[in-house]
Amino acid sequence: MNTNLFFLLLVGGLVGAASGYLGSFMVLKRMSLVGDALSHVALPGIALALTFGINPMLGALVALAIATFGIWYLAEHSEVYPEALVGVFFTASLSLGLLLTPEPELLEALFGNMDKIGKLDGIVVLVGAIAIFIVTKLISKNLLLGVISEDLAKSQKINISKVNLVYLLLVALVVALGVKFLGTLLTGAMVIIPAVTAKNFATNIKSFHILSILFGILSLIIGILIAKYFGISSGPAVVLTSVIFFAGSYIFKRK
Amino acid sequence: MSEEILVVKNLSVSFNNHTILNNINFNVKRDETLAIVGANGAGKTVLFKCLLGLIPFQGKIEWATDVKIGYVPQKLSVPRDIPLTVSEFLKLKENDDKKIGEILAKVGFRTKALHMHHDVRVLNTRLGSLSGGELQRILMAYALLDNPNVLLLDEPTAGVDITGEKTFYALFGDLKKNTDLTIIFISHDTDVVKKYADSVLKLTHEH
Repeated sequence: MNTNLFFLLLVGGLVGAASGYLGSFMVLKRMSLVGDALSHVALPGIALALTFGINPMLGALVALAIATFGIWYLAEHSEVYPEALVGVFFTASLSLGLLLTPEPELLEALFGNMDKIGKLDGIVVLVGAIAIFIVTKLISKNLLLGVISEDLAKSQKINISKVNLVYLLLVALVVALGVKFLGTLLTGAMVIIPAVTAKNFATNIKSFHILSILFGILSLIIGILIAKYFGISSGPAVVLTSVIFFAGSYIFKRK
Repeated sequence: MSEEILVVKNLSVSFNNHTILNNINFNVKRDETLAIVGANGAGKTVLFKCLLGLIPFQGKIEWATDVKIGYVPQKLSVPRDIPLTVSEFLKLKENDDKKIGEILAKVGFRTKALHMHHDVRVLNTRLGSLSGGELQRILMAYALLDNPNVLLLDEPTAGVDITGEKTFYALFGDLKKNTDLTIIFISHDTDVVKKYADSVLKLTHEH
């Protein structure tokens, strides 16, 4: 195996692991579409980064962080349902992004291009993935209690609103990390599909997290290998791989 | 140590110019069991949320400084597909297996084994697969895990079948008799209120 492919598999595996872990909470929180919609928000950030010659991952992260704060703030301070807010942010950013992105890079921004992943990206993904694992583990008990009952969590003086904000920022981070592999249209899939696949086999929360991470890693690695072998875009290859796992999970589902 | 564990003075709550609670006053003594009764919409759950500090209110709610509250919410609808087991749920609060076993025995989950081994079957059951009565007892166990001195129960047997309700109130009576817990509970059941409450606070729409 050449060094470049090994490097891509390593970085891809990290993205898969981090998105699988975060996604397992997303599915429990019944917020699957939030992850998907957030990934589209990255597009205007990537467009501006390309225009100014900055790393697109950084551009994506800034756009995502702004949108996440915006959604969280409005959800806390207005009576509009968060899903509706996400819908507004999603369509607005996609339109803005399509207008701003230079045409030659548009396809790449939408569907990903792993050939452009450099050493710096690898380091950013490594640090980002470690941060995601540590912070998610730290807030995991509060997140889970919030899923069961927000009132119960609040009665224990847990600031659920803050926990939700931290969680959404972590989702924003994982989307930014995955954007070069999968593109803005497909990154959200990695937060959802490995987790719903894992849910079909999990016997408890621990196995759910582990399986979700595992399906995330496998989808990225197999998808990257397929993309390399057939010379196709990495985004669709990875997402379709994860969809095959998902279909399989229905056949071999735990009764 | 003051005899009163809770003093509520001039408590009022309004949402969008609609008054839910108007000038409520009451005290609760240590070891007392207080029932809160009233028709639907009279503000019982809102009062509970104020006592737990979950919503803003006007007036004063003064808990004793040593208060430690355990809260049993109204029947939760936990989806069956959430793979959180009873053991994992209880460990969100307490990691000690021995303590979990003791509390589970206290809320009536015992095995037929001679020793006080806790019920492994219940521990590995998903929260969403429990019957209504079992879930309420698990929520009671959760509330008791960190040794509270006050227990707040919001219609603990709403939606629970008769057997589940009987088991739950047997446990309730046991706690009242054998511990020095202060208990505040919401109930629609006049028999339960008569049997267990030392005092009753009735909320009406006209407050």
